[in-house]
Formats: sequence, structure tokens, C-alpha cells
Amino acid sequence: MLSGFFFYLFSAMVVASAFMVITARNPVHGVLFLILAFFNSAGLFLLLGAEFLAMILVIVYVGAVAVLFLFVVMMLDVDFAELRAGFIKYLPFGATVGIILLIELIMVLGGWAISPELKSTVAAPFKAAPNITNTEAIGRILYTDYVYFFELAGLILLVAMIGAIVLTLRQKEGVLRQDISAQVARTPATSIEVKPVKPGAGL
Amino acid sequence: MSVLMQYAPLLPEIVLAVGTLVLLLVGAFSSNRSSVTVTWLSLILMVITAGLIIYQSSETVEMFNKTLIIDSYGRFIKILILIGSGVALFMSIDQLRQSQILKFEYAILVLFATLGMLLMVSANDLISLYLGLELQSLALYVVAAFRRDSVRSSEAGLKYFVLGALSSGMLLYGASLIYGFTGSTTFPQIAAVLQESGTNLGLIFGLVFLISGLAFKISAVPFHMWTPDVYEGAPTPVTAFFAAVPKIAAMALFVRVALTAFPSITSDWQQIVVFISIASMGLGAFAAIGQTNIKRLMAYSSIGHMGFALVGLAAGSVDGAKGVIIYLAIYLAMTLGTFACILAMNRSEGLVENIDDLAGLSQNNLPMAFLLAMLLFSLAGIPPLAGFFAKFYVFLAAIKADLYALAVIGVLASVVGAYYYLRIIKVMFFDPPAEPFEPMSGRLKLVLGVSGLFVLLFVVSPAPLVTAAEIAAKALFL
Repeated sequence: MLSGFFFYLFSAMVVASAFMVITARNPVHGVLFLILAFFNSAGLFLLLGAEFLAMILVIVYVGAVAVLFLFVVMMLDVDFAELRAGFIKYLPFGATVGIILLIELIMVLGGWAISPELKSTVAAPFKAAPNITNTEAIGRILYTDYVYFFELAGLILLVAMIGAIVLTLRQKEGVLRQDISAQVARTPATSIEVKPVKPGAGL
Repeated sequence: MSVLMQYAPLLPEIVLAVGTLVLLLVGAFSSNRSSVTVTWLSLILMVITAGLIIYQSSETVEMFNKTLIIDSYGRFIKILILIGSGVALFMSIDQLRQSQILKFEYAILVLFATLGMLLMVSANDLISLYLGLELQSLALYVVAAFRRDSVRSSEAGLKYFVLGALSSGMLLYGASLIYGFTGSTTFPQIAAVLQESGTNLGLIFGLVFLISGLAFKISAVPFHMWTPDVYEGAPTPVTAFFAAVPKIAAMALFVRVALTAFPSITSDWQQIVVFISIASMGLGAFAAIGQTNIKRLMAYSSIGHMGFALVGLAAGSVDGAKGVIIYLAIYLAMTLGTFACILAMNRSEGLVENIDDLAGLSQNNLPMAFLLAMLLFSLAGIPPLAGFFAKFYVFLAAIKADLYALAVIGVLASVVGAYYYLRIIKVMFFDPPAEPFEPMSGRLKLVLGVSGLFVLLFVVSPAPLVTAAEIAAKALFL
């Protein structure tokens, strides 16, 4: 009963905030609504018993991706009014994609309604050992059976990072940078010049 | 201690990976002048890795739940890859400096690409195949665009990246279909399921996509279109590396996948391999004729050579696999030697890459002209040079497997292909001399000399290479 209540609460919030993402006039508000949608989807995952996915969603999507969006929206001068201008022009195309998706959903759900025995062909959910959270279950195989894949994926990400730095980082000339050791190493002899000043004459 | 001992067969790769990370730190925390030091240390690291591979015991070990296999086949190919990467890096240090891309990251990325290649020829599972391939490709995309201020180099990198991502997508789609229809990702298990239950349409569909992805990596027709542009756009030292090493690794992977995961449905993949083999040989022979840029010409030449190597795979037998392995070894020697000459095409204004620049080379630098002519004769497959034997073993395997048409078309394609190699020789020996090149560096002379000796003397004692290739090929059929 209570989980039913939370399910409808979370899903209503996801739908409402997803709607706000595409309708909000201020793009910053749009991104904030996106974050709200992510949080509510995480709630839905929790209700399904997939707490690991819920955590990942919050950490990766809210913590990294959405914040990155926020930076992009705030730092880059994107003219959103101009982007929206083509809305009517792209409407037929978008509507076609939407209708195709709707038909596919109806076919999937309708298939279950028409022949209920189809449900039994869907693979049964994997039953984890009791008293083990699914985070622990994933951790147990990720760092044992799949440690090779895990480490290799780490190397691939490292290569991607090196590549991004090699191809884009430029040492700009003429930019003032703080050099703490140079500042500390300054002595009166190198930074102060004593000039004899005659009284009343100025410099 | 005993827990760690189970990782002992992977020691060469672990040493290479850890060493690369250490060199990355060395490069990152030292001044800009450390590039040369890091490059030399990378070479030493490759030599150590190769030594560890050579001194491994010759048994077959499966690791990490059978997702990785260490066997004689893998060891042979790994040695070839390390020789290729090492020599490509060794001979191009001067040219890297000249094209202002001698940064320590270059050596690091080459090391990562090499690591990816070593792991991918050991792949015994669709996931480890993909991860190894991707580690290799990602490093190669960056290396192709390494001269970032040059539009052509950036274009080459971008083109390679976009098309490479497309091919990875196809490969993954095929892999997921194969997993879906066999219920396993490891090659022996896939083979066992196919042996038991036979094939079906969904699996063939997946197989076609998987082969398309792999064909892209070896640049076989119809997935070759990136090759000439990338080879021409990338800096010449990078092109030398591209032409020699990743091709070998991807071809070796292709052979392993076809022969260990799908041995019971040979007739299904054989027709695909026959088609891409004929198409590659044909395109390699005809499209190279009109080229004026020697790097573009070498790109078409490498497409053709991959077509010839695929003839051996199409046979699907121990002899065929042996033929492919010998072909790859000889191809490596010929390509490195030829690129040593291309890297020596160096005038005061920089590296030049037109065939016309070679005009009258025989009068300016007879030894270089002679050796390059010999390597080109070998690439064309003229006996008694090594290139002839490479083709001989794959065609022999094809004939034993009753693929007469394929063998005949292959021979005809190699006759057509001989024309454009001979044209370069004509330009070198009979055209009025152009402005001479700068003197060749000692390292290039060494590489060119060794490769020339190999090509010339292979006929005297082919036994060591052929025996080693036979042992390696048999490991695939256990």
C-alpha cells in the first residue's frame, strides 16, 4: 500500500519534472528540473530493490552529468530562443518518432494482454543470495570474476583522458600564474630597490 | 603468494601496463625535455615484455574464467606486435622531433595501443575481445591526430575516430546477437553450443556484424575507405606504425575468432571471408595504380595484403592459419623496411611523400634505391624474395582446401599489383634525378638493412619461421 503510494508519487514527479525540462523558459531551471527527475527515478529504482542503480543514478547523473549540463548552460552563451524557433518545423518528425514508440509500447503491453502465457517466457529475475544487498553482490563478482574487464575498462578511460589532454591542452603564453615557490623565495634584495631621495625634490 | 602466482602467465602484459603507468608519471612530473628519455625507456619496456613472453613456458593457460587464453599462437603474434611497435618507434624518433610531435605522450599512447593489441590477441571471450580492441583503437585515434595544428592530421584522427566508433558499434551489435543466440560470450562455449545445436539465422546475422567490425579494423574491402585518408593525413612516423602493427593484431584476432569460436560453421563464414578477400585484393591492385602519394599507395598496398592474408583464413585449416601467420610476419618485415625508406625521404624543408620525389634515387643513393627496389619486388611477390613465400603458403592452403577460384584470382591480383610497385622502381632507376635527400640516419639504415637481409635471406633458411608458425597455428586447433 505504502509502496504503491510512493510509486505514484515518484512517477508523477518524474513525468511532471520531465515535462518542465522541455517547457521551462529559463534553461537553468530546465537543468534543475532534470536533476529533480533523476532523483525521483532513483526513488523508483529503490522501490524496485535496485539500490545500487539508485545510487549510481544520483552519483553519476546528478553529481556529474547534470552539473556538467548546468556549467555548459551557464558558461556558454547559447541562444535558446533561436534553438526553439525550429519547434514547429521539427514537430512532424518528432511526432512520428513519438507515435512509433507509442505503437511499440502498445504492441509489447498488448502482447501480454492478448496471450498471458508470454509472461512466462520472460527470464525470471535473478534471485540473489539472501541477506546480500545487490551492491555487495555486484562488488563480489566485479572484483573477482570480472576483475580483468574492470581493470581493462579503467585503462581505456585513462587513455581517453590522456588523449583529451594531449589533443586540447595548450600552454598559453603571457598568462599570469601563481608560482608559490617563486613568491616564497623572494628576498628584499630582489624585490626592493632603495633609491636615495633628496629632501624636497621628489623622485 | 600462491594467490598471485595464478596471474603469472599474464606477467608480460602486467609488466607492460605497470611500466607504462610509471613512465606516464615520469613524463608528467619531469620537464619538457624528458620526451626522448621516456621514448627510450618505452623501447626498453617493450624489449623486457618481449623477453618475458619468449621465456614463458609453452603451455596453454586459460585465465579469468576462460576469458583470456595464453597459448603459442598468442605468443608468436605478440612477439611480432612488440617487434613492430618497437621498431616503428625506434626508427622514427628523429622524424618525430622534426615534425614537432616528439612529446612523451606519443610513446605512452603507443605503449597503451601495444598493450591493447597484446590483450586482444589473447582474447577468448567477446567482452575481452571488445575491451582489448577498444584500448588499442582509442590510443590509435589520438595518435593519428597527434599533430594537432595540422588540419590534415586532425581530419585523419577525426575520420578514423568516427568510422572506428561506427565499426565498434557493429561489432558490439554482432557480439550481442551471438551472445543472445548461444547464451555464452566465451569462444569455446560458443563453439560447443554451435557444435551441438547447429546454426540459425539470428546467429549468422550476428556473425556478419562481428566480421564487419573486424574487417574494418584490418581495413578489408568494403570497410577500407578510412585507410588512404588516415595514412595520408597522419604524420609519417604514425603511418609507419599504423601500416605495420594494428593490422597484424586485428588479423590475428580475426583468425582466432573465426577458428576457435566458429569452427563448426566454417562454411558460413568462409563465403564472407572469400568475398572480402577477393574484393580487397582487387581494390588493392587497381586503386593503387593512380596514386601519386607514396603513403596513399602504401595504404592501398596494405588493403591488398590483408586480402592475401585472408586467403589463408578462408581455407579454415591448420595450413591456412600457418599461412596467415607467416604472411603477417613477412608483411611486418617488408612494411617496416619500406617505411624506413619513406621516413628517409627527407629534404631540408621537411618530409616529402610524393612518388616523383624518388626520381633518380639510384644516382643519388644507390644502396637505398637498391634495398627499396628489393622490398618493392618482395611486396609484389617476386621469387626468390620473402614476399613470394608469404603468398605461396596462403595460396597453397587455399588449393588444399579446394578454393581454386580464390587462388587463381589472388595470383591475377598480385600480377596487377606488381605494376604499381614496378612503376616506383622505374621512377627510381630511369627517371632524371630529383634533388637528393638528406643523409639517412643510422637507425633507419639499421632497420632498412635488417629488413632487407630478412627479405633476401628468407629463402635460404625458411625453416625457423615456418616451424614456429606451424606450432602457433596448431595451438588454434586443440
